[in-house]
Amino acid sequence: MHIPDGYLGPKTYAAMFAVTVPFWAAASWKLNRTLKAKQAPFLAIGAAFSFVIMMFNIPIIGGTTGHATGATLIAVLIGPWAALIAVSVALIIQSILFGDGGITAIGANCFNMAVAGVFSGYGVYRLVAGTAGVLSARRWLGGAVAAYVSLNVSALLTAVQLGLQPLLERTSDGQPLYSPFPISIAVPAIALEHLFLFGFVEAAVTALVIRYFQKNDPEMLT
Amino acid sequence: MVRKLWVAIGMLALLSPLGIIIPKWLGAGGAWGEWGATEIEKITGFIPAGMKRLADRWKAPLPDYALPGQSNGLLGESLGYVLAGIIGIAFTAGAMYLFAKLLTRKDGTDRSDMP
Repeated sequence: MHIPDGYLGPKTYAAMFAVTVPFWAAASWKLNRTLKAKQAPFLAIGAAFSFVIMMFNIPIIGGTTGHATGATLIAVLIGPWAALIAVSVALIIQSILFGDGGITAIGANCFNMAVAGVFSGYGVYRLVAGTAGVLSARRWLGGAVAAYVSLNVSALLTAVQLGLQPLLERTSDGQPLYSPFPISIAVPAIALEHLFLFGFVEAAVTALVIRYFQKNDPEMLT
Repeated sequence: MVRKLWVAIGMLALLSPLGIIIPKWLGAGGAWGEWGATEIEKITGFIPAGMKRLADRWKAPLPDYALPGQSNGLLGESLGYVLAGIIGIAFTAGAMYLFAKLLTRKDGTDRSDMP
């Protein structure tokens, strides 16, 4: 789901930076007012978790691979604003140091996996978990449903941005300039693999970790 | 708690080669839509002009989570992947920690109760 350099044209990648930067600013403003110094290590661990969980490529036999992002789990544990920044930091380091995701696509990738991933996941989690107690099954069930929805939201956004390129960016004789696959190919290819496999992996990871904290360290969930 | 969580992250880093070994074993390639320019040429028969211009503009120091000069084969690649992962985790956690510290006050109090 990490869009590389060269897949998005300038119209799209500039627009995605324009959409994402205000979220980074809002999150920084919010954290500046609420974050306590002793919470900093947990943000660092959240970012590190997002980084490392994305290294676990999940295969489709004879096909492509995908991965979880940890966006929902991190949002549940450290709050959505901190999670937005933590996942963004992981994505930016992946792009700069490892070429995983393009530099020009940082805005898009951070919007898809960090901003949309975190808020869709956190929103669904709050909806399902409601005011249920820390040890309630609604917490881990909510985490599972939320993580599944969140990863699929990220995947769909990625697919649409890629699929729009042949429409938005082409030469005068109609040749695509960037990602050449139309929406009718990009959306099913990316959405289906996340709907049928990767989304369930994200859900399982999220539910298992919440379940673990419920049993061993419930204070992590307060 | 912080220590316990770091142990968990370390364990994930050590297990991370599963993320390249299992896909290889099951014959799975990379992610959809993350192909390099030469692979795009194989799939579509041409490299879109804009893609050609942008694709390799940034040269990442450790492309594909591999270390320069790592040996081929399962062991070398797994070792390189783990070490690249540890480097990435260090940079990610370090950058996040510094930024979080920058956002909080030095005396450790929060500002939420301030007007």
